[in-house]
Amino acid sequence: MQGLLGKLLRANEFYLFLIIVVVSLIIQARSGQFFTPNNLVDLANAMVVPGLFAIGAYLVIVSGGIDVSFPALASLAVYAVTRYLVDSGYQGSVILPFVLVIALGALLGAFNGVFTSRLAVPTLIITLGTANVFSGIMQGALSSVQISQLPPSMEAFGRASLFKATSATGLTSAMPVSFLLLVAVLAIVFFVMRYTMFGRGIFALGGDESSAVRAGFKVRRIKFWLYVIVGVIAALGGLVRTTSMGQMHPTNLLGMEMMVIAAVVLGGTAITGGTGSLTGVMLGTLLIVIVQNSMILVGVPTFWQRFALGLLIIVGTGVSAVQLTRRRKRQRLVAE
Amino acid sequence: MTTTTVTPTKKKRVGLGLDPHLQRLVFMLAALLLLFAIMKTDSFTRVSTWQAMGVAFPEFGIMALGVMLTMITGGIDLSSVGIANMTAIASATVMLSIAPSGADAGQQATAVLVGVVLSIVLGTLAGVFNGFLVSKVRIPAILVTLGTLELFTGIAIVISAGKPLSGLPPAYSELLGGKILRIPMPLIIFVVLALVIGFILTKMAFGKKLYMIGSNATAAKFSGLNSVSLLVRTYALSGLCAGVAGLVMMANYNSAKADYGVAYTLLTVLIVVLGGVDPNGGSGRLIGVIMAIAILQILQSGLNTFPQVSNFYLPLIWGAVLLVVISTGNVGNGFLARFRKKG
Repeated sequence: MQGLLGKLLRANEFYLFLIIVVVSLIIQARSGQFFTPNNLVDLANAMVVPGLFAIGAYLVIVSGGIDVSFPALASLAVYAVTRYLVDSGYQGSVILPFVLVIALGALLGAFNGVFTSRLAVPTLIITLGTANVFSGIMQGALSSVQISQLPPSMEAFGRASLFKATSATGLTSAMPVSFLLLVAVLAIVFFVMRYTMFGRGIFALGGDESSAVRAGFKVRRIKFWLYVIVGVIAALGGLVRTTSMGQMHPTNLLGMEMMVIAAVVLGGTAITGGTGSLTGVMLGTLLIVIVQNSMILVGVPTFWQRFALGLLIIVGTGVSAVQLTRRRKRQRLVAE
Repeated sequence: MTTTTVTPTKKKRVGLGLDPHLQRLVFMLAALLLLFAIMKTDSFTRVSTWQAMGVAFPEFGIMALGVMLTMITGGIDLSSVGIANMTAIASATVMLSIAPSGADAGQQATAVLVGVVLSIVLGTLAGVFNGFLVSKVRIPAILVTLGTLELFTGIAIVISAGKPLSGLPPAYSELLGGKILRIPMPLIIFVVLALVIGFILTKMAFGKKLYMIGSNATAAKFSGLNSVSLLVRTYALSGLCAGVAGLVMMANYNSAKADYGVAYTLLTVLIVVLGGVDPNGGSGRLIGVIMAIAILQILQSGLNTFPQVSNFYLPLIWGAVLLVVISTGNVGNGFLARFRKKG
């Protein structure tokens, strides 16, 4: 038990969990509306898209890179598919949109993968470039406009709910089916990262790239497929956002990358790569979603949001940076 | 990169004094100018075209100068746009309170003076904050500036409540929007800052130390460099540049708003990488960065003369140029070195 407790007390996730509990209790005390069924369902609903993006960003950061292109990638993939389906008067089931979006997401992810696996340039700079190419194709070549009428099956998917939660005040919120998608992606990625050679390779790559090469991992191949997978996950996130809004708003997702990276880093994933847990990622996302959604409940004007986000990033990364420095110092003392 | 001396360039400079990357940039610039001259001769020969460029590019050009300094030390500064907007809004607020509309010339002069000084001081302080987090708390520069970009933009939104601040004293736009001998004021500011930074990088010990810390932070530390003070000063300089860029932006738009120039975050990084600065630090020359600025501005102005081409193609071209340059050039050697260095 001692070992388990000690492990718990050292885990970043534990403290993050405590912070979330404290924040929720404060919001509950000040507004009395936090622990209502409809607010909790609203939070779960709001977590789906950032959660999916965060899983993708987590994979990249664990591998030692940084991806800032996923919102642009998702927007382009979903916009192109929706445009095509709407123009061709598509009336069929929701399967085809999903297949097309996944395929396009994989293709655009492969575009990222080609550069990241071949070039010895920081991935931040590569993905800054591809992000611009993606949004340039969407806004320039496809001259994107808002699509207000989605194909009926996509709209139905966005409206479909697992159950409805009603709070005492009579407010109702529906738990969307897409929440299952988040759970499914989370489960698959968890399995891949923990039990497959590919997943262990991503950790190895982030820990030390040349060691990973020496250990026999096919680093280029891992990197390439990693970005393909991240492209697929991001595109799914984009599709969920579009269906749940009931319309395609091309620039709606752009700018989300900072918030998602913040969520992943807050969750204890080292920006240098090699470590990090999905539990932390989900908790980090939850914290940011709570801060964004519930500031209104306690009467803080919305324009404090970005300030709060910036502060969260700096404090969150600062704490882990200080911890890292201390640990290094201690280790050096032992070594000497 | 085995930088045994503190020479900023990797290759020995021979012939024209240009390394291969600079030669490529000169070639690109010449080709662009030629293309522009042939296809749009009338606007190419008009002075007003060049004046318009001289007004437009210093906004991001000045920021890029600061980003270049941080990248030479192996860091990065993504917060320039946030600093620029925050300082612009702060000084606009102060100017508006000193000289509301209809103020006399004396009040206006005071307001402009206070506004300009405030912007520069605030920008420098914001940079010091970045530098402190990078060097003392030891958070990777990319995360620090990502966070402070949000933080400073957040402060700008909070002060201005998300609305544009306009009605600045006319004396302000007369000063920064004016021309001296037909040369636009922003261009003069850019040239002065570029000269100062060029002097720092090539003639001062501080500049040489930036290259040393960028090429090998550990070695620099063991040779007795005070990396904390060096980095704080570097980020402070970058913050100062961002503050000045904010002043230029405020003059160009004749107002201040929290979301002006959001595309510049990418653009400044693009310029600096295109200019041949190694993203891992330790090498890069001012002249390359200036040429990169010129190339991108001429590309943009040239594109604007074709009405049928949408402005939305611009990010596509920027992104493509960046990808082409990093795919063909020899920028960046150690893939992870950049994040490792500060971690």
